[in-house]
Amino acid sequence: MSDKKMKKLTPVQQEYQEFAKAREPKRPVLFNCLKAFLVGGGICLLGQAVQDFFIWNFDFTEKTAGDPTVAVMIMISVILTVAGVYDHIAQWAGAGTAVPVTGFANSVASSAIEHRTEGFVLGVGAKMFKLAGSVIVYGVFAAFIIGLIKTGITMLGGF
Amino acid sequence: MLQGHQTWVFLNRPVILSSAVVGGPFEAEGPLAEDFDLLHGDLWVGQDSYEKAEKKMLEEACEMAIHKAGLQKQDIQFFLGGDLLNQIISSCFTARTLAVPFLGLYGACSTSMEGLALASLIVDSRAGRYVLCGTSSHNSAAEKQYRYPTEYGSQKPPTAQWTVTAAGAALLGPEGDGPKVTSATIGRVVDMGVNDPFNMGGAMAPAAVDTIMAHFRDMQISPGYYDLIATGDLGKVGYKIAGDLLKKHGLEIPEKVFVDCGLLIYGEDQPAVMAGGSGCGCSASVVYGHILNRLKRGELKKVMIVATGALLSPLSYQQKESIPCIAHAVSIESE
Repeated sequence: MSDKKMKKLTPVQQEYQEFAKAREPKRPVLFNCLKAFLVGGGICLLGQAVQDFFIWNFDFTEKTAGDPTVAVMIMISVILTVAGVYDHIAQWAGAGTAVPVTGFANSVASSAIEHRTEGFVLGVGAKMFKLAGSVIVYGVFAAFIIGLIKTGITMLGGF
Repeated sequence: MLQGHQTWVFLNRPVILSSAVVGGPFEAEGPLAEDFDLLHGDLWVGQDSYEKAEKKMLEEACEMAIHKAGLQKQDIQFFLGGDLLNQIISSCFTARTLAVPFLGLYGACSTSMEGLALASLIVDSRAGRYVLCGTSSHNSAAEKQYRYPTEYGSQKPPTAQWTVTAAGAALLGPEGDGPKVTSATIGRVVDMGVNDPFNMGGAMAPAAVDTIMAHFRDMQISPGYYDLIATGDLGKVGYKIAGDLLKKHGLEIPEKVFVDCGLLIYGEDQPAVMAGGSGCGCSASVVYGHILNRLKRGELKKVMIVATGALLSPLSYQQKESIPCIAHAVSIESE
């Protein structure tokens, strides 16, 4: 990394950034939050419906129905990604489509499609997790830490 | 001939003998569709990767430009080309097909005018008789390299720009019919500390202003000299900032004269482009197509093109570097 002091903006740069900021369109944060809430909630509602479908029609309990439900949601997301629709929905919905499992599936599928032209090994295989990889790494790490904490508390007689 | 600090004046007035522009499906829906020589309905251009599609478009543009001038490949002394992809592969591979002595350039989206300025210098100094310059960009290839996979669902802010899928080439010669290149101002790299790659317009505007100011200073003329001053790809945001910044520096350019190629190429009915078009192909296709056609029709006499480029790489952005920018200006006049 270069010197931290060099990163500091000169007065001219600061003046320009203020000048430019006044002329840039703002992100509609509140409206984006509302859209994300509605779409994200809608996806979860759909997931709930799928789960109920499995419980009512097949021999699943609330706990075991989770796996097929997630599989169905991932499948829907991948189909929409392949059809080239998912990115358009996401442009409107923002975090609403990024946060649920569908967003994760989209990041894997889109990377796989994108790098198909570089072959199955160096392209699809190597690049598939270029966006999702960090989610897995930090997800597993966070789960490990939480697991340690839970085990510690249990051993001390809690819960 | 050097005039002032950073401007070349071409006393022998190199002529743009011919030019050709090739566009993609999204550009075909835009208001300038009529000015393209060839429009592809397929983003893949019949190739099996986006990178190959971009190369194919540049090849087509170069071959059409040579053909329109009534020349053969072997008549061309030099080919100057550049593009956005790593190691400027589209241009290098096009040069392989053309088999013409080649100089590769990189100036991000300013490459179009960098190429035209250097080609004019070569022709003007008699170092070459016929010189071809060309550049290209492809939306999906650029997104893949600089941002996210095309099908990845991420929300773009309103300041983001849309990389144009197009290629443009121009062929210069010492004499003949056509618009003449009269001067060129080579820009400095300007970095105002903007580090948001989704706000290229805001980052590039100061570079455009710096080059425009330098051009008028070196040439000792006023903005009234030109019928049209077109920036490369500032988009809505950068265009507004550049206009206000010029006013602040005491250079008032009428709104009818000051335009931006990134705003011209797409219509209001194409909201997916957000703030406007960008990429090497943006200024190349608008200038070598639309603006040269207007010059030839006599609607314009004197134009100045200021192609702007953001000299960032995906790595420099990840390492939290700001975005250095550049702009090169070329004036084209028709008698």
